[in-house]
Amino acid sequence: MIDTYRLRSPLAHLGLDARARAEADISGTGVIISERPQAGLINIRGDVSDARFVTAIEKSIKLSPPTVPNTVVGKPSTTRLMWLAPDEWMVITRPSGAERALKALQKNLKIADLHSSVTDTTEARTCIRVSGPRAREVISKGCSIDLHPSAFGPGQCAQTVVSRVGVMLAQTANSKTHQPTYELYPLRSFATYLWNWLEDASAEYGVKVE
Amino acid sequence: MFLIPCPWCGEREESEFSYGHEAHIVRPEDPEKLSDAEWANYLFMRTNPKGPHLERWVHTAGCRRWFNVARNTHTNEILAVYLMGEKPPKNLAKEPVKGAKS
Repeated sequence: MIDTYRLRSPLAHLGLDARARAEADISGTGVIISERPQAGLINIRGDVSDARFVTAIEKSIKLSPPTVPNTVVGKPSTTRLMWLAPDEWMVITRPSGAERALKALQKNLKIADLHSSVTDTTEARTCIRVSGPRAREVISKGCSIDLHPSAFGPGQCAQTVVSRVGVMLAQTANSKTHQPTYELYPLRSFATYLWNWLEDASAEYGVKVE
Repeated sequence: MFLIPCPWCGEREESEFSYGHEAHIVRPEDPEKLSDAEWANYLFMRTNPKGPHLERWVHTAGCRRWFNVARNTHTNEILAVYLMGEKPPKNLAKEPVKGAKS
């Protein structure tokens, strides 16, 4: 696990905390964007048709790897498992749960003695959350995926391109106000660009930082 | 711009994909037994048709898997998509490369 003192948000220089405090009243705002605290991102690869592989993962994080392409299992509030490819998944944990999940996966897959891999990619990406009544319109400006609720909803994910930036995109469960909430996971070197693009694309609907 | 149906992710925009090369080019079993012309044929010569073409694509911005596409090079119509290791649809199959064991 990476030493915690070295973890630094790629958007730290934007002073988002101060902006969030200044823009606390979000009523009537079309789009609310925020950077989420650094989640644990653990990449797993292996053969899902091998029961030992599935068992080792279940034992480690209490979730089975989804076999339906572009779906996510688990709750955003705890741990999720995201389909990336037929033999590749991403474990998304809360910031505090990354180390424990990583160690459990490494241990159980080692015991199972399989051709598999577990890689901690926590620092590779950051998470930008876009929510609000106009969130879908904003993302659709730069993304060719059909995000209409009939085609894309909570529990689904995609690896795609948003304004030329490769991202992992997921819709989390609708927020308390019944508005769509999306998570974008860009590589950290693209985070500033994507953030600026999102702010610009959201400007016409009214945008605030949370 | 056209849509390519990734066998895993479904229809996505062409810009998410990268073109690889012509599909089903099999490396000759015994390269040392080939003439220079036959070896050059394996290395460099491609069919380059105006019409149906079997080719490899990779879903670069998505699942990063390689797969086969039968595409009409003239109209960009996708005629078939099939996984690596699978044979092309019979009506689109082409003659094997000389010296190759299929």
